[in-house]
Amino acid sequence: MSEHVTLPEGNVEKHTTTINLGPTHPATHGVFQNIIELDGETVVSAEQTVGYIHRAFEKIAEHRAPYQITPLTDRLNYCSAPLNNFGWHITCERLLGIKTPKRVDYLRIIIMELSRISDHLICNSIVGVDSGAFSGFLYLMQYRELIYEIYEEICGSRLTTNMGRIGGFERNFTNQAFEKLERFMKEWPPALKEFDEMFVRNRIFMDRTIGVGPISAERALNYGFTGPNLRAAGVDYDVRIHTPYSSYEDFDFTIPVGSTGDCYDRFLVRDQEMWQSMEIIKQAYQKVQEFKGAEAEVYHADVPDFYLPDKKDVYTKMEALIYHFKIIMGETALPVGEIYSSIEGANGELGFYLITDGGRAPYRLHFRRPCFIYYQAYSELTKGGLLSDAIITMSSLNLIAGELDA
Amino acid sequence: MEKFGEQLTGWEEPYGMLTFTSDKNMNLKVLQFLYDDAELGFRFMTDLCAVHYPNEEGKELAVVYHLHNLKENVRIRYKIFTAIEKPDVYTASALFSAANWMERETYDFFGVNFLGHPNLKRILNIDEMDYFPLRKEYPLEDQKRTDKDDEMFGRD
Repeated sequence: MSEHVTLPEGNVEKHTTTINLGPTHPATHGVFQNIIELDGETVVSAEQTVGYIHRAFEKIAEHRAPYQITPLTDRLNYCSAPLNNFGWHITCERLLGIKTPKRVDYLRIIIMELSRISDHLICNSIVGVDSGAFSGFLYLMQYRELIYEIYEEICGSRLTTNMGRIGGFERNFTNQAFEKLERFMKEWPPALKEFDEMFVRNRIFMDRTIGVGPISAERALNYGFTGPNLRAAGVDYDVRIHTPYSSYEDFDFTIPVGSTGDCYDRFLVRDQEMWQSMEIIKQAYQKVQEFKGAEAEVYHADVPDFYLPDKKDVYTKMEALIYHFKIIMGETALPVGEIYSSIEGANGELGFYLITDGGRAPYRLHFRRPCFIYYQAYSELTKGGLLSDAIITMSSLNLIAGELDA
Repeated sequence: MEKFGEQLTGWEEPYGMLTFTSDKNMNLKVLQFLYDDAELGFRFMTDLCAVHYPNEEGKELAVVYHLHNLKENVRIRYKIFTAIEKPDVYTASALFSAANWMERETYDFFGVNFLGHPNLKRILNIDEMDYFPLRKEYPLEDQKRTDKDDEMFGRD
C-alpha cells in the first residue's frame, strides 16, 4: 500500500478511508451493507453485513402447511417469484410422488422462462445503470411489464405471485394469457436485440466491465457459485440439464458459458440465457398448442388431497367443500420423508431441503439460496479494484436482498 | 469408502440421495477424502445446515452437508450428530470457502460451534441475541396469547 499522506508520528488516523456502502445506499439495489476500506480509490477490503430484512422464513415454515409456505418463497428472489413458487411445489410433488401431466410441465416452463427473462433483464439493465447508461433500464422495464401482465392473467398478481398449486395451476390459461404471451414473443426479441446492440460491443461498456471483478472457475466452485455467475467463469453446470425437472429434457437449448468470470462475461451469459429462454418458450408454446381434445384442457394433476378444488364446486358440493377446508386448514398430513430438491433459479441452484415427520407442517425446511452463498466472494472479487468497479461487480452478481436473508 | 469401513454408519437412500453419517470428530477427514479421492470427487458443497432433534439424547443437533460431484453428477448427503451441551464441530471452511457463511448461519440459528472458523459470529440475527432461534424449544409465537386459539385445527 502506497502512502498518499504523510501522517505525523503517533497520529491516530489511518492511511485508509472507511466508507459505508449501504444498507440503504442507492447503488446497493437492496438492503445490505458493505464496509469498504479504501486506499485512495482502491478497495483494500470489503466486509459485508447482511440480515437487514431477515424474516425467519425457516422458522415460520415449521409451523405452516405447504400452501402457506408458497407466499414465503415469493419473497426470496422477488424478481422471479414464480420460479421460487414452482420450485417449492415441485419439491412437494417429489415428496408426495405426484407426477404432473406434460401440459402442466410445459405451461410451467413457459412461466419459469419468462421469470428468468424478467430477472436477467433487470440485472443486465442495472449493470448498464451502474456503468452510466440509464436509458437501457427504462427501455427494458416496459417489457417486464408485459411479463407481469401475463402473470396477472394467470394468477392475479404481479410481483409476489403466489402462483400455482401442488400438481399444477389454479386455473387454465385463458385465451388472453396466450394472446399476451404472443405479444411478448413478438415484441421482446427486437427490443433485446436493440439492447444488445447498445451494450455488447460498446467500447465504453467493454472498458468498464472487462476484467472487472473476475473469478476463476476453481474459486467459483469452491465458493459454491451456481447459475449465471458460475457459468460466466466457465463451468457448464445447470440444474435444468443435470437434474431435469418439469420435463426440461424435452427441450432443445444450449447453456451459454463464459471464460473469465468478470462482469462482462456475467453480462453476456445472462444476455445469451435470455435468448435461450426465448427459444424454450417458443418450443413450449408450440408443444402446448399441439395438445388436442381433453388433453388440451389439463392444467393440474389429479391429487385431491393436495390440489384445491374448483371454487364453484366448493360453493355447491359437499365433498369439494370438505377438501377445501382440509387443505386450507392444513389437516392433510405430509408423509414422513427427507428430500433435497432443487431447480435452476434465476441466480443459480435454488434448493429446498425438506424434512417431514408426518405432521401438517415441515419438521425442517432449509432454503439453499444462491445469492447468500455467492455473496461471500464479494470481498475477494473487489479487492484491489476501484470503488466504481466494486459497485458494478455488485450489480452484475445480481444480489437480491430477499434471497440473501430469507 | 473402504477406507473408513465400519466408521461410516446409517446408510440410507431417501428419495434417491445416498445418506450416511459418522462420528462428528471425523467430519473433516471424511470431507477431505470425499474431496480428494479421484473417483469420488465431491468437490462442490451445495448446502450446509443443521436440524434440531430435541428427543435424541446426546445427539440433538445434526449438521447436514450436501455435496455434489459435478463431473459425474452425483449428490450425497453426509450427516454428523452432536450433543447440544457441547455443540463443537470442526469447520469445513478451509476446504470449502462456501462453508464460511453457511456455518455462520448454522451457528446463528442453532448454536453449532464450528471450531477453527475464521469469523464465527451471527450473520442474519442481531449480534446481541442470546439464544438460537431455530431450536425447537423456541415457539414461533408468544404462547400466552389468547386471541389466537387454534386448538381445533391442530396448530401448535
